[in-house]
Amino acid sequence: MSTATVQHPAPTETDDFDPRAEGQRLIKDWYAQLETANARNAAVANVFVMGNAVEILRAFDFELVFPEINSLQTGVRKASEEYIRLSEDYGMSPDVCSYVKADVGLILKENEHPAGRIPKASLAVASNMCGTFIKWAEIWERWLKTPTFVLDLPGQRAAGWQVRPGDAQHAADARWVEAQFQELIVQCERITGKRFDMDKLAEVEARVNKMVDHWNNVMALNRQCPAPFNAMLDGLTYIGIMNVHRGTEEGVEFMRRLEEHLKAKVGRGEGRVAEERFRLLFSGTPCYVSMRRLVELFETWGGVFAYSDYLTFAAGGMDATDLRYDTSRPLESLAEVTALAAQRGLSNQFFAHERLAQQIKDYAVDGVVFHGIKSCRFVSSGMADTREFINKRLDVPTLYIESDLIDPRYWSDAQIKNRVDAFFEALHQRGGGAPLARKTVATA
Amino acid sequence: MNAPVPYDHEIELSNVLERCNAAARETAIPSQDELPEGFSGTLGHFPVYFPEEIAHAAGLLPVNILGGGNKLEMKHADARMGSFVCSICRSTTELGLNGTLQGLTGFVTHPICDAAKHLAGIWSRNLPDQLAQILYLPQNVNTPGAARYIAAEYQRLRADLEKKTGRAIDDEALRNSIRSYNVNRRLLRELYRIRRDEPWKVSCTESYLLLRARTRMPCEEHNALLARALDAIRHRSLPAQDKPRVVFVGGFCEQPPLEMLEAIDEACYVVDDDILVGLRWLTEDVPETGDPIWALAESYVERSDASPVQHDARKMKEDYLMDMLKKSKADAAILTAAKFCEPGLDEQLAWSKHLDGENIPYLVLEFEEKMTSFEQMAMQVETFAESLLFALA
Ligand code: SF4
Ligand code: SF4
Repeated sequence: MSTATVQHPAPTETDDFDPRAEGQRLIKDWYAQLETANARNAAVANVFVMGNAVEILRAFDFELVFPEINSLQTGVRKASEEYIRLSEDYGMSPDVCSYVKADVGLILKENEHPAGRIPKASLAVASNMCGTFIKWAEIWERWLKTPTFVLDLPGQRAAGWQVRPGDAQHAADARWVEAQFQELIVQCERITGKRFDMDKLAEVEARVNKMVDHWNNVMALNRQCPAPFNAMLDGLTYIGIMNVHRGTEEGVEFMRRLEEHLKAKVGRGEGRVAEERFRLLFSGTPCYVSMRRLVELFETWGGVFAYSDYLTFAAGGMDATDLRYDTSRPLESLAEVTALAAQRGLSNQFFAHERLAQQIKDYAVDGVVFHGIKSCRFVSSGMADTREFINKRLDVPTLYIESDLIDPRYWSDAQIKNRVDAFFEALHQRGGGAPLARKTVATA
Repeated sequence: MNAPVPYDHEIELSNVLERCNAAARETAIPSQDELPEGFSGTLGHFPVYFPEEIAHAAGLLPVNILGGGNKLEMKHADARMGSFVCSICRSTTELGLNGTLQGLTGFVTHPICDAAKHLAGIWSRNLPDQLAQILYLPQNVNTPGAARYIAAEYQRLRADLEKKTGRAIDDEALRNSIRSYNVNRRLLRELYRIRRDEPWKVSCTESYLLLRARTRMPCEEHNALLARALDAIRHRSLPAQDKPRVVFVGGFCEQPPLEMLEAIDEACYVVDDDILVGLRWLTEDVPETGDPIWALAESYVERSDASPVQHDARKMKEDYLMDMLKKSKADAAILTAAKFCEPGLDEQLAWSKHLDGENIPYLVLEFEEKMTSFEQMAMQVETFAESLLFALA
């Protein structure tokens, strides 16, 4: 997510496009819109970035609150500690997800957020993709009386799990997801007083299709050497827009211009860093309080995060060309794609070694950096074991560092710097470190 | 020739408990030679709930994997799982890596929390010969279609087990298993009824050992032991003591150490609990006729218990705790959570806030299966019990 709050005019020419500034502008506008939502009597829904039925909610004109983004924004804006401490004083354990704690802090501060006032939601949709989502939604359910819909999305069941669109397993899962969508629609009708409009759903889906096409192309551009963007810095802005503006015109336009912008960059042979020496994969979640610093520790060595699984799971697993909605059968197709996307998103965690093995090849990386988060068991519980696998069985160098998403108390600069430096020294010893040759542009 | 020993219910109960204690403390799984008759292998399953009937009908002994207790030495898992993960996941990983669970035919975990889901990946990377998987029991049981989805998931499991064992699981075999487990359910309901009505007759620790024994023996053997135990318990003539009646919650997944339960038994009557709730998840008999897979799936949706790791709009967590307190006529609650268990810790806080509002006394305890020192906890429980008795006097 972007950091500053400076107003930036939307550029008219592609060459003027500044993704960071434009991303910040869109996020700022979104918060401004939320600020007035309750006064305008707009329907508001709390949703998570993974598994959220945004397409249906948009068809009902819900305005969307992403509590995870609220929490990470407290980190970005250096205010998270205050929110976290408030929740701990209230009684929350130090050992639970810091996003939840920041959100409880927000409730205790009566929704006063550094980005503006967060409106009260009339519905929450929580998927099972991260178990904490459900426990989190239960807090709103009991405390704020927010009606909660738990969207159950079955994930990968076992290693080597192959589900192809239309096969029996996919059909069974999609049928279950569709049954839940049907029920969610009834709830949305009740809450908004509006009739469900299938055409409107198809329109939202058409826009999501466009965004996903651009998003896939954007991700694929980073297979180039040098990589035009850093997945864990620039990528965080992009994914923020993918989530917050999923299915909006602004979202489509942002992703379209982003793709153009990055393509032009690749055409000019420009990389994210002046001299790319190491291509890396980042596995895990960011540390929003110090992400700029963390990236800097790598980039000073010429190391760029060409890919991060965060960009896959935190966008709900939508980065695959086969995940396009068939707008002639909007609801069925939504269920089918959601079932597949959820599995992709989840597989990046629970059977991470399979995905990572592929991504290491796709992005031609020299090493994998694992970022363990004490309070996020979704990404961290299997990480050390996955690392062992990547190291020993695939013979790919890895680095493990630990901090937190937004709790500054867990950032230890000297310790992390030492580890990063030692990692690069080891990479040099393996013969790496020379400026990497430019590679021809592969098909996006 | 010796004269027949007259039936003594205390001796009978202590014999049964001895057998149960041995089974309950066992982390190892039976080897191929030790398997009970009719079983060709073992299927490990992680808490909370697993439809044991399906494994049982496949000729796989269902073995509930409940971590390593407080005697296990961690040699491998420390390097494979962060220190911030709950003990049951870490010790289960250790048992997988140190060879103890090497002989399992399969290992099934569930989407109860993210740490538990990761076990399937860890298993598949380190014990690739086993059938390691996540049984995706739904977190939404309220949408019509949930039972149908669960039935599809059970059918998938059934097919996977058939493929692994090379043995077909026919409907009749499943119905037979359901029948055995229905007997078990009835016996366990009776055990808990006695706990509620005459808690002086059976302690929480005894009841726990009796229940946990099922994790290492066939259901039929467990039924026989339970029947003997219940008969002996009914005959017991222990006097009721002046102890407060409490409900214990927080034992749905990682297991509280026995010494902790003993300390609580010393000071209180634990008249209901959620310990090993997965082993008694289905609260009524499962229909013994019709499609057995459907019967199990539909029972999961319509006639099942509650836990902090199952969302069900019909069973708000505060409501079911209040229900437990009411039905068991308890004076107070002991709200526990396993260290680093995020869902448990979240619930513990919510419960305590709710009981504050209801003016119901409670004690908050955090435990770890690997705890070895209990003096402080025993003192806390004793002080709590005394304050309750004082307030109730
Ligand atoms: S546990 Fe991790 S994935 Fe889940 S809500 Fe918290 S930060 Fe997000
Ligand atoms: S003890 Fe808690 S955190 Fe650990 S596996 Fe069980 S439910 Fe998950």
